[in-house]
Amino acid sequence: MLAAVKAIATPEVVWSALVPQLILMIGGVLLLTIVSLVKGRLPRGAYATYTVVVALASLVSVVPLWHRVRNVKEGAASLVGGAVGLDGYSLFLIATMAVGVILAALFADGYLRREGLDGPELYVLMLLSAAGGGVMASANDLIVLFIGLEILSISSYVMAAMHANRLSSQEAGFKYFIMGAFASAFLLYGIAMVYGATGSTSLVHIQAFLSQTILVHDGLLIAGIALMLIGLGFKVAAVPFHTWAPDVYQGAPSPISAFMASVVKAAGFAGLVRVIVVALETYRLQWRPAVFAIAALSLLVGSLSAVVQTNVKRMLAYSSINHAGFMLMGVQAGGVGTSAVLFYLAAYTFMVAGSFGITTIVGGRGDSRHTLDDYNGLAKTRPLLAGCFAVFLLAQAGVPLTAGFLAKLGVLQAAAETHNWSLAIIAMVTAVISAFFYLRIIVSMYFGEPQAEVEASRPVPVGARIALTLAVLGTLGLGIVPGPFTHLAKDATPAFAASGR
Amino acid sequence: MSQTAYLVVAAGLFGIGAAGLLLRKNVLVMFMCVELMLNAVNLTFVSFGRSLDDVGGQVSVFFVLVVAAAEVVVGLGIIVAIMRRRADATADDISMLKG
Repeated sequence: MLAAVKAIATPEVVWSALVPQLILMIGGVLLLTIVSLVKGRLPRGAYATYTVVVALASLVSVVPLWHRVRNVKEGAASLVGGAVGLDGYSLFLIATMAVGVILAALFADGYLRREGLDGPELYVLMLLSAAGGGVMASANDLIVLFIGLEILSISSYVMAAMHANRLSSQEAGFKYFIMGAFASAFLLYGIAMVYGATGSTSLVHIQAFLSQTILVHDGLLIAGIALMLIGLGFKVAAVPFHTWAPDVYQGAPSPISAFMASVVKAAGFAGLVRVIVVALETYRLQWRPAVFAIAALSLLVGSLSAVVQTNVKRMLAYSSINHAGFMLMGVQAGGVGTSAVLFYLAAYTFMVAGSFGITTIVGGRGDSRHTLDDYNGLAKTRPLLAGCFAVFLLAQAGVPLTAGFLAKLGVLQAAAETHNWSLAIIAMVTAVISAFFYLRIIVSMYFGEPQAEVEASRPVPVGARIALTLAVLGTLGLGIVPGPFTHLAKDATPAFAASGR
Repeated sequence: MSQTAYLVVAAGLFGIGAAGLLLRKNVLVMFMCVELMLNAVNLTFVSFGRSLDDVGGQVSVFFVLVVAAAEVVVGLGIIVAIMRRRADATADDISMLKG
């Protein structure tokens, strides 16, 4: 009887290739363990410092792997039984997400203390969530992708509902949870259908299968692609799957909005590009019209809805939908747009984390002062803060010498290269519309009168100062000396190497 | 029975779940609908695994089950936190954020 049971062949786990994700994950679990063992409170800012150190370690650990991937002899590889891909693409995105974690953690430090919520939970969740994002970015199997997505999302549901005393935070958490679970179910159903059509969940296998076989009845596969597109479209907040985003970004604690707009979005696009653009490239003709429509709708709805908002966080949420449209424009261009999307994600991380960081500070105690009026005359009361915000907003509007300009230029070039003029024109028009509402904030900051009962301006916390400096440096640095970064993004090509087990 | 029958049942379950999530107002029922959708996916995986004679479909179900369990924990946590503030809250009451 027992002899009949064969030993199960377990794949060799190449730990060295998983170091960036492992650092984030173990870092999160370790923090949870330490704080439950240590009696009494840790010194001020210890959690945030720890989180920043862990994320930095993950960022640094990407460097040797990057050299390994760029090395001609070793190159990209599909490891752990074809479940995890080690390529420039995954490493670039992990590094981007680590930067997002650093910025969000630094903003969270001052925020949590101001709200009287100081504790390790948020930081643990942040690290775990980013680890899930890392798994997603390097997934070479649809099931691994799904698990990465869930690690990422389940942590962020809790983070959105973190401010337990504020109804709006709870509501944000609930809405995010229901819509997120809904989207996950769609993605998973799509995965099941693609599995049924191709006989495997491995992306390497799917790509090889589709390039060698022509399916006579490909309805199942196309339904699967459509369902996966819906599921991932929810995650990146693309129209018409965007309805949760404004509510959640507005209601969630501001540093968490920064995290969601940078890390979660990057992870969503990581999955989208890997699955749709790379694995399903042979079905480009089929998915391209759908991505085109989603991109056009996101561009239009995002910018037009942002114009009428009076709540700055909500406006930033709609603007992030507009940015998702720009990135989708790079996605629909296929392979030529990938590096543009990666550069956009990196640039957007600095811009959006900085912007939500400003709302964290201006929001004041209770995280409630987010209307446009609250920004009136900010330049007079807090000139430095207003200056930073102006930089982030101008960058998001795509003003030259900022990261936003080159990011937008990159995806527009990708659209032009594929002769997709109509989408490029829509994008240009919405860029002008969105410049209007970015400038509206800047005008009210610089030319508005400060409100009479201005809360005694609390000094900006140290962590937030560091994060703002980093974000401004990133936003301007990527705009003024983009050379090295565009090279990195160009080299960060997704690759499947089926042989490299 | 043919594989198609199982797939049709799964699609039906998925549809019921999706419709329920969008139409029902009770928070817990919405929650159950999510589970229904995930289980429809499980049925799809198993029947494809059977017809492809591949164990991968059944293995996937385990992953989905684990993820669904984790989602239940977090979801119920959030729901309990809301119910503490106001009992018998329906999804329509949770609508402060709009615009």
